[in-house]
Formats: sequence, structure tokens, C-alpha cells
Amino acid sequence: MSEAPILELNGISKFFPGVRALEDVKFDLRPGEIHGLMGENGAGKSTFIKIITGVHSPDAGEIRIDGNAVTFRNPMEAQRLGVAAIYQHVTSYPDLTVAENIFMGHEKTTSVVRRINWREMHEEAQVFLDQLGANFTSRDRMGSLSVARQQIVEIAKALSTNARIIIMDEPTAALTQHESEELYRITEGLRESGVSVIFISHRMEDIWRLADRVTVFRDGHYIGTWGADEIDQERLIVAMVGREISQMYPKRSVTIGDELLSVEHLTRIGFFRDVSFNVRAGEIVALTGLVGAGRTEVCESIYGVYPADSGTVRLNGEEISPRSPMEALELGIGHLPEDRQLQGLILEWEIGRNITLPSLSHYSNNGWLDEAQETEVAARLAEKLTVKAPSVFTLASALSGGNQQKVVVAKLLSRSLKLIILDEPTKGVDVAAKAAICEIIGDLAEQGYGIILVSSEMPEVLGMSDRIVVMKEGHVTAHLVTSETSQEEILNAAMVVKTPATATPEGGAE
Amino acid sequence: MSNEIRIRTERERNWREFFFQWEWILVGVLLLVVIINSSISPYFLNFNTFIRTPATFLDKGFIVLPMMFVLILAKIDISVGSTVALSAVIMAVSYNAGLPMPLAMLLCLVVAGLGGAINGWLLIKFKELSFVIVTLSTMIIYRGIAYIILGDQASGGFPDWFSFLGWGEIFGVPFILICFVLVAIAFGLLLHRTTFGRSVFGMGRNATACRYSGVNTDRVVWIVFMLNGLMAGVTALFLTSRMGSTRPNVAMGYELEVIAMVALGGVSTNGGIGRVGGPLLAVFIIGFLSYGMGLANLQAPIVLVVIGTLLIVSVLVHRIRFQSKKKNSAV
Repeated sequence: MSEAPILELNGISKFFPGVRALEDVKFDLRPGEIHGLMGENGAGKSTFIKIITGVHSPDAGEIRIDGNAVTFRNPMEAQRLGVAAIYQHVTSYPDLTVAENIFMGHEKTTSVVRRINWREMHEEAQVFLDQLGANFTSRDRMGSLSVARQQIVEIAKALSTNARIIIMDEPTAALTQHESEELYRITEGLRESGVSVIFISHRMEDIWRLADRVTVFRDGHYIGTWGADEIDQERLIVAMVGREISQMYPKRSVTIGDELLSVEHLTRIGFFRDVSFNVRAGEIVALTGLVGAGRTEVCESIYGVYPADSGTVRLNGEEISPRSPMEALELGIGHLPEDRQLQGLILEWEIGRNITLPSLSHYSNNGWLDEAQETEVAARLAEKLTVKAPSVFTLASALSGGNQQKVVVAKLLSRSLKLIILDEPTKGVDVAAKAAICEIIGDLAEQGYGIILVSSEMPEVLGMSDRIVVMKEGHVTAHLVTSETSQEEILNAAMVVKTPATATPEGGAE
Repeated sequence: MSNEIRIRTERERNWREFFFQWEWILVGVLLLVVIINSSISPYFLNFNTFIRTPATFLDKGFIVLPMMFVLILAKIDISVGSTVALSAVIMAVSYNAGLPMPLAMLLCLVVAGLGGAINGWLLIKFKELSFVIVTLSTMIIYRGIAYIILGDQASGGFPDWFSFLGWGEIFGVPFILICFVLVAIAFGLLLHRTTFGRSVFGMGRNATACRYSGVNTDRVVWIVFMLNGLMAGVTALFLTSRMGSTRPNVAMGYELEVIAMVALGGVSTNGGIGRVGGPLLAVFIIGFLSYGMGLANLQAPIVLVVIGTLLIVSVLVHRIRFQSKKKNSAV
């Protein structure tokens, strides 16, 4: 197969403030091909799709369709050239009919008064549905359909815009085994009719079953493209997680102390079930798994944000059940939240005020605030964590992602803590800041804090931690010792390899 | 850590920013109102008249202070007018039923504080309820209870000394003005000099981040709404004293006037921004404006039109100021 590519991207880069989302990425799609796109969370897949569909424009690089360089000023222009995307979460109008959803934005109208031509619309919608082998009609209400059927409507919608390039963003994530089979059949049907498909998935199964070729991104970089028959699962995983662990994460030898935290059979209904693990003083325990595995929720329960329904948490042997972050902080548990901008910082506030927010009572005489002392403490902590800001009165919003994250860590250090929970501390920060934050985490362990490190990034997990707890769909699937494990072992415990979506066996209507 | 970083702790004094404050505009507007008033009535600028005028409008000023906290929290409380009526009615009825007046006054404050605390409690317990719905409901309920207790009639006959609250003077200065200044200082200190005030500002900006940072957010909400109710009780005392009797329909629309004063004073309805000086100036601007229009024999609805216009202008001016500030914020 050496046909001219229908879609070709070269040297694509995209920067967001403080983050390099994509750098010099390339990709090509042949006519009538299913091309798998894989990568860890944060590898740049979503940004990449947004560039192809005209949502973002790249800061550098060129896009060619049928060999002609194009620039999309908005999604409509991409659509006109035959690009359509089907997103993970179906974005439809549940109260409208299937036909209305298919033709939303490009309704069939009569020529003169532009009245909607319902008959023609339903007829044409039905043609697409029949072509896709759908067993429902164009007059059904969208909201009455299962997720799988709604996806079929989305595909019909893409066909109705004469799409020649269809992007599917984790379409099988919410489907049952049977429904996924149905989707595979439809996708193969599209390939036969000459449509090219970019298929994004975390599931190995999807890739082996469907893809002709597979491309891997990592940390915003292009890693490689292989024919699906040229690469095996092991090598694919290695391509996704990379190998640069040793330089980024110099692991220090720390004397590990007594057990600090023990979590037993912790359950919060609907989020996680029967989670048990422990953390010792000076130890870094990584909590890993795919996004949505329940890691964040476990941490938030330990921190008292959403108390668990059952199970016990012990700190220094004493049973605790904080009902709020305030109580958790008083017990000596600190938490760096996953969403730095929403949960971690008051962006419009000065960094000094942000740093002292958790410890306001330390600078109070019977409630009166001692601002001089507060400012002094904030400055010392910011210096200790090498926050790059000219003054404690600099607004948090003016800092880069990495420096913002250092401010959040400084907030934790303003309290006297025993256990620190870090939820994705290096998410969305550039490489230099990532290294600095990892160094800080190492320092904290050295000082005897027990640390729970939630991370999706394999190199970070393997490079920083002493032990690893892997979660999948709300359960702990593996307890591993870092020095005796491998990325493959972790990913096998974290990923759904054999059966798609075992969590929702009866999710559909089939 | 290796590389040395030095972070400044001295705040830069910026004179341009000092003069570029909303409060100066309010001072200008206040002066303008005073000048217009004195051109309508030559007696207005007479010291004795001038110092007594605030007694005619300061009663609702007491609610402006805690309402400022409510708006900084990015919430609104529209039940305060009804709280005034309910606490005033309960005070009058319990006095006439034989309760000694000091106890009846205390009861007035307790009822009002409780009314506010109920708002706070509802907001904490049922986080899915919006503050508008909660305080709209209690606004209707509190007014309804006042009507049930007293029916559509007046109740009064208070002891003579009670009128001192609204009419009394100390060295020629109205007692209510002295009380207002003292309470305003207390609320100003609470807002700007305490950890509690800091928490209120933080929650107005980002309540989620405050909760994650260990701020007792429920307690802050509860206290702010309780204070709002309590000060509605203080308003009830002064209002009843000045009128000599009370009815279930007193203080109708106070909530909106109070919120208008707070907003005119430069407190953002989006939360997180505000200083005590602005709303204080706004109390006097709107008070003197209404008084002056009374002098000029203009009807009350015209006063409302003027106040509404002022409010829109204040929001617009704020926006312009904010945008120009954003441009300079690269510092």
C-alpha cells in the first residue's frame, strides 16, 4: 500500500500558556485506512484531534488534504473538506429525533423559502441508517437510544456531511463487548466504502481487531508509526511510556520508617470498592491506573472531601474519619488536588495569600490577622520551593503551570503534616518544572513525610515510587514493589485488554 | 535547594492606582448630591440639619454592612426585609403581651439572628439549593408569619424611652448615627483585618479551593447569613423606634435597596471584591439623594429611577476600570 495520503500533517506544534501540547508531530492517513492513534493521558492526542477538526489552529506545521495545504479557521471549514469527529461523550440533542440530530446545522430545506423539508430529511436519514445496519428509525427520539446506537447516529451524521475522514475518540470506552463488535463491523464497513478512520483508543483489543496501522504519541511528541502486524503489545506499550526514567527521576535512598497510614476495605459506593493499602514514613507509594479508575476519589475520601461509605483509615495506628479537608489537615494529612486551577489555587489572588490560606489561624491573634508575619512566612516558603515570581504579591494567574504547582506545594508545607497526597502533581507542566517538582517530592520523602503519589505517567510512577498500587475500575488490581516490576506489568494490571467495558455488561439495549 | 531565589515582601506603592479608585468617584458623587441638596434648600448645609439628616435613612444602613459580606461571598440574601418585619412584629406583640421592653428588644434580635441562621443552615445542608431560592422562600415565609401573628394591623404603644433609639441625640449627634459609625468600624475591621474576613474574600473567589485548603467554608456561610439576619433585627429596632409602631408590611423592598447600596459601593456581585468604604459612601449618597428629592417635592418613584440609573452607571464604570487595569497588570 503506497497510495497518496488523503490527510497529511507535518511538523505540527501547539503551545498553550506554560504547556507544550504538541511539538513537531507528523501523521498521515491513507484512503480507506483505519489508523489507530495511541498514547498515554496527556500525550497530546486530544489537541491533535482539535487541530485536525479546526477547533485549534497549530502554531507551526502544515496540514495537507489530498496533497493540498489547507488552513482551518474554524470547525466549519474542516467539515466542508470532509473531516468529521465522533467524540467519547456523545454530544447530541436528546429531545430531538434521530433525523433532526443527523441534519443539525445542515437541514434539508426547500429552495425558495428555506422551509424544512421533513420528508426528504427522514428519507435520507433512513438511507444512512440502513447503510450502517441500524435497527432503529430516523423518527426515534435520540434520548431513547443506547450510547451505542447514539454513536451510530453520530456516524450517520458524519456521513451526511460527506465526511471522508472520520475521527473516533475512544468510541468503545462506554460500550459493552457486543456493542463494540457492532461498532467494529460498522467501522470496517466505512473502510470498505472508502472512508478513512482515525481510531483513538486505550484498548489494545480495538487496535488489534481494527487498525491497519498504529501511531504513538508521547509527551506531545511523535514516537512512531507501525503496521498493526509489525508490532506486538509489549513493544507498543514501551513506545507509549518511553524510557527516559533514569535522568528525570533520580530516586534517592531514604530510610523508611514505621507504618503511617493504613487503608482497609475502603469503599465509596459508585466510585471505588474494597481498597486496601498502606504507606510508611518516608515512603512514596504510587497510586496508578487509567483516568477514571477511582484513584482521585480514594484520595479525596482519605482527605475528607467526600467521606467513604465503609472501611477504615488509620493514621499512626489510630482510626480516623475526617469529614472535611479542615479535619484532615488538623490530623496531619495534606492534599494537592488534581485540578490546580479550580481546586488548588485562587488564581486572582496573590501567591502569598494563596500559600497561607491553609494555615491562616497560625498568623492570628484571637482572629486578628498578622499580615507582616503572614507575608514573611509566604516568602520563605516560596523561596524554599524556588517559585519563580518577583514578589509575594504577584498574582497566581501570572505564573506558569509549574510555578503554580510549586505554590500549591508551598500551601501544604505551611502546615505541619505527616502524610501528603499528591494527585497528578506534574500534570500540564513542562519538563523542567516536572523535574523540579519531582525533586521536591524526593525532598519531602527524605524529610519523613509519607507520600501518596497519584500519577498516570509510567516513567514518573516507576522513577519516583517505592511501591505501586494499581487501580482499575474502582478496584485495586495489583500491589507491586517498584524495584521488582516493569511497565508492562503495571499496564497489564491497569488496562482493559481482553474484554471491553466489563464494568457495564448490560449498559446497552441489545 | 540549590539555586537561590529572592522573593520580595515589600508592596509597591503605586500612586496612580491609589487615585484610580472607585471610592473617589463615590466621594465626588456624594459631594455633588450635597451641593444639589443645598441649592434646593438653603438650610441643608446648616450643621444641625446636616448632622440630623442621616437619622432619616440610616436604619437600613445596618443591613448594608453584613450584606456586603454576603455579596463578597458571591451570594445574595433577599429575605432581610421580611426578617425586619417579622422581628419587629414579634417584639411589638410580645411587649404588648406583657414582656418587659428590654427583653422584647432582645427577642427581636434573637428572632432576626435565628432567621438569618436558618438561611445559612439551609444553604449548608442542602448544597444543591441556590441561595436565591432559599432566601426567596424565607422572604415569603417570614413575611407570612408576620402577617399571621399580627394580621393587617399596627402594634405599638412602646415605653417613651424606646423612642430614644430613633430620635435621641447625644451632644446634638443622632444616637443612630453614632451606633452606625461604631458598627461600621466593627464590620470594617472584621472584613479587612481578621482571618474570617480573609476567608470570606477567598470563598467569593473560589469556594472549592478554599474547602480544599481546609477553610471551614460551612461555618463562614452560616456566620455571614446569621450576621445578616442579626443586623436586620438591629434595623427593626431603630425603624420601630422611629415609627413608634410596627405593621407586618414594614421594610418592604429594603432588601433591594440594601443590595443596590452594596453594589453601588463597588462590591462585585460575582464575589471576592469589595471594601467597606464603598458601601458606606453609597449609604450616604442614596440617603442624601432621597432626602434631597423629598426637599424638591419629587415623588418616590423618581428617586427609584435615579438610584437604578446610578447602579447601572456604577457597574459600567467598574467594567471600564477593570479593563484598563487588566492592560496594566503585566507588572
